[in-house]
Order: sequence, then structure tokens, then C-alpha cells
Amino acid sequence: MTTIDYTSTHYDVAIIGAGMAGLAAGIRLAHFGKKVCIFERHNAPGGLNSFYSIDGRKYDVGLHAMTNFVRAGVKGTPLTKLLRQLRIDRDEFALCEQKRSRVAFGPRGEASLTFTNDFTVFESEVARQFPAQIDGFRRLVALIRTYDDVSLGAQPESARAVIRRHLNDPLLEDMLFCPVMYYGSATEHDMEFGQFVIMFKALFLEGFARPLDGVRVVIRVLLDKYRQAGGERRMKCGVKEIVVRDGHASALILDDGTEVTATHVISTVGAPETERLLGEKSQTPNAKSQRDGHPVGALSYTETITVLDREPAALGWGDDTIVFFNDSERFTYARCETPVDTRSGVICMPNNFDFGPDAHLPEGLFRCTCLASYDQWVNLPEAAYREAKAHWYAEIQKSAQRFLPPLPTPDALARATLATDMFTPRTITKFTGRLGGAIYGSPQKVRDGRTAVDNLYLAGTDQGFLGIIGAMLSGISMANFHILAGGK
Amino acid sequence: MTKDETKQAVLDIIADIAPDEDISNLKPDVRLRDQMQLDSMDFLDIVMELRKRHGIEVPEADYPQLASLDSCAEYLTPKFTALGK
Repeated sequence: MTTIDYTSTHYDVAIIGAGMAGLAAGIRLAHFGKKVCIFERHNAPGGLNSFYSIDGRKYDVGLHAMTNFVRAGVKGTPLTKLLRQLRIDRDEFALCEQKRSRVAFGPRGEASLTFTNDFTVFESEVARQFPAQIDGFRRLVALIRTYDDVSLGAQPESARAVIRRHLNDPLLEDMLFCPVMYYGSATEHDMEFGQFVIMFKALFLEGFARPLDGVRVVIRVLLDKYRQAGGERRMKCGVKEIVVRDGHASALILDDGTEVTATHVISTVGAPETERLLGEKSQTPNAKSQRDGHPVGALSYTETITVLDREPAALGWGDDTIVFFNDSERFTYARCETPVDTRSGVICMPNNFDFGPDAHLPEGLFRCTCLASYDQWVNLPEAAYREAKAHWYAEIQKSAQRFLPPLPTPDALARATLATDMFTPRTITKFTGRLGGAIYGSPQKVRDGRTAVDNLYLAGTDQGFLGIIGAMLSGISMANFHILAGGK
Repeated sequence: MTKDETKQAVLDIIADIAPDEDISNLKPDVRLRDQMQLDSMDFLDIVMELRKRHGIEVPEADYPQLASLDSCAEYLTPKFTALGK
């Protein structure tokens, strides 16, 4: 039991947000002797990758799979770097690999590319189905393998433009973009090529895995490390204002009205969200222009979660882990005009990881994600909101099932269903504070984490490293770069 | 502190920051980076663990002195001695 001295209100570093980035930054800083406190508005840690319980069932908020999986012995990848930096033994995460995943395009998924954590499977699928494209595909992969995606000074370039220099089949182009965009892109239609490279490596060259018990295993490891290193944490205690004087964050005002001071502040709540914490009275002209520069992300999502009385495979759905689908001639990744865009989406069947011979999830799970419009959801009155959820839940399930083997009887899914849940763009903003329900944040990333305020740095999604592993690496990098290597 | 003890102190740090590396057969006169996968983040950690565990400061200009175990011993042993270790 550590006793927290609430009369002492100066920290070397205050971190806003107890998500993956904030926890990882906190571990680094506390390990090297900094007096650190993480302030989190919510009652549970994890941020965009948290967990919750309903009726005694535990749900992960958004985790389908952890990307960036590599096996023991593979070095120099994001997973290995973060294990070293946080002094985590890889067994602590207890990662179990995916079985196989697919990209399925066409009205019933006629064009299908399977991939696993062994990249040669994906490469041979492309060679088999797109023989005219395979040479260009191999050149593209060679470029991706050697691309310096962590360079802080790379010139932004359109990923579509780079891919079209290597491939000229729009179907294959879209089949590559669909998974990469759904798992991390904050920009519509196209991506910055560096971001594409990060995601392509994370999904295809590395791979998918998860702990049996989901994201809470990862969070528990991080919390333990942080506590052992001596870090402090205050839950249900957000930061409502960053007081800036002369371009310097001089104090933080907490939700309960108390004030704390810190030599450095790391904000993981997003770029536009952080800008809104800079109180009006403390605006500097510089900070004003920064605020204008970071648009709220346009892309939001909805997800249905169906709890089943059997494994999805027992419904005849096979052992796909993730299925990325699209029914239309071109894949559209953009803010939609309707509440949900059911033309494309992602199916996740968490039971279909290789948990080992004697381990399995207690119930079957079937999760579907689609693009959704924040504006269409946010202002609905409560009754209409519930009605819209019921309507779109059914539509999403109907759409997704086109890409799975047919059920033995039309009512098989309904009969196997034990419970359902669904989150919408409105849920995302309510629980994470992300404006616009934008899980992947602002389209304009801040790679060096700097802000207009000299001792305030961004980490997490809006710094531009994506996914769970990316978010943790972001926290690590920003703590190293701005605070630990700075020598103070 | 002897040079061998200095080398051991550096090896102890490497064992903690890169437990996935085999450090049992490192050649003392060959660059660490050529024998293991150590990136700039790992080198920063060696420097910071030296500060945390032993109170030794290594200014950035001197990082190249930590290239091999031999050069670590040459550079760090006088610093350990100066601290009375």
C-alpha cells in the first residue's frame, strides 16, 4: 500500500490520460526517478483500449487484435522495442497468435486474400489471384521493408500515389488499403505513405495476436510496472485546464478544482482535445494558431458485439480471426452521410486465436465494426438513439454475414445469441473524450510531439504511432526525447 | 573498481535492458552494436541506467566511448574510481 501525499502538488511530469501512451510514458519516467502522476478522468485505465463489464461479462472496448506481433527472437520491431524499454518479459503479455484472417471484396466476398502471421501466405495469395501484379507487389513490399517510418523529418507523400507506381489493379490497391485504413487511418480516402508503411508492417509483415483474457492483461502489466516504479495515478480526476503563462504550462486545474504544477506535461488526450484544455485566458497568439491547425478527425466507427452460446466455428463460420470486407466496386473510407456505412467493415471472432489445446474463451464472440457518422448519432434524443442502435445493429450483422459461410438455418445466429452490446460514435466521445468519436484522432499528426506551449508535449494517437503497440511506443518515445534525453 | 568489474556492471545493465540478447560470448574489443541488436533507444538506456544505479553521468558527446566493452571499461572505470567505487 503506498500512501499518496496529496498536499504535495508539484510533479516533475504530469501525464494527462491513463491509456497505453500515458502508462508507457509514466513507466519510463518513474523508472528513471521522475516524480510522475497520471491524471485520468475515467474510472478505468486503458483509454481507447479499455474494458468494461455488463451483467458479469467482461468486454474489451475496441481490441480486435494486437498488431505488430512477432515471435520471440525477432528483433528491432516495435513490439521488441517496447518490451525492452518497459522491462516487460514477453511472457507477461501471454500473446496468442491469430489463426488466419482475410480481406474479402465483392458483393459476397468473391475476391478473397488470406493472410496469417507468416507473410509468405499473403504473398502467395496475391501471386495466385493477381498474377499480373505480383512483381509490382514484391517491389512495393521491398520498399516498405526498407522505408524509414520512424524518421521525424520525412516528407509527406500520398500512399495512393506510391502504391499506383507499383500496382495498376484498383481491386488489389483497395484490398491493401482496406485493412490498413480500418486499423489506424485518421485520414479519408488516402494516407500519408509513412503511416501506410507503419500499418502495413504492423498487419502484414508482423501480425495479429492477443492475450486470452484480452486487453486487461496488457493494462494490468502496465499498471504493475508503473506502480513498482513508484508512479502515482489519480483516477476519476481529469484535467480541465492547462494554465499557460508566456508560452509555458504553469499549472493544471483538475476536475475537482484543485491545482497542481509540473515541470513537464505530457498530454495523451489528442491534439485538438489538448488545445481545448488551453484556457481562453491563457491563450498565446502562438497557441491560437496551433489550435486552428489541428482539425478534429472526420472518421468514426460503430461496433456490434454479439455473445454466443458456442464458438463461431460451431455456427459454420470457420476459423477466420479477422475479416475485412467491402461489397462495392471501390472501397470508400470516408465520413458517411448515413448513420452507418455498411458497405464495408471488419469482422472479428476473438475465439479464433490459437490459445492452445486447453484454453478457450468462456463464450463465443462475434464483433463487427463499420464506419459511422458522429453527426448523425450525437444529437439523437434517447429513445431515437436506442431505436437507431437496434436498427443499425441488425443492418451491420446482415451486411457482415455476407462475407461468412451461410448459417445452417436463418435463425441460427439469433438462437445462439446470449447477449449483445453496441458502441456508437457517441459512446466513444462519452467515455474517451475524443472529439467527433474519432478513435484515430486528428488527420494532422504531430510527429515530434511539440506544441505551442514549451513544456507541453503530445503522445499517443495524435503523435502518429498507431495501434496499441504504437501508442505505447509513442509514450516511450516522447518521454525519452523530451524529458529523459533532455537530461533534466 | 577494476576494469573487469566495470565490464560486469555494463553487462548487468545490458542483461536487464535486452534480456532477449545472448551476452555470454560478447567479444570485449568488438562494437556492441555489431554483436547485438542495440538501437539508439537501448544506448540511451545504458546511459540512464549508469546514472540511476551508479550516479555516473555520461555527456552525449561521450556516447561513442561506450561502443565496446573495452572502451566502456577505459572510459567508465576512472568515473567509478572517482566516486570511490
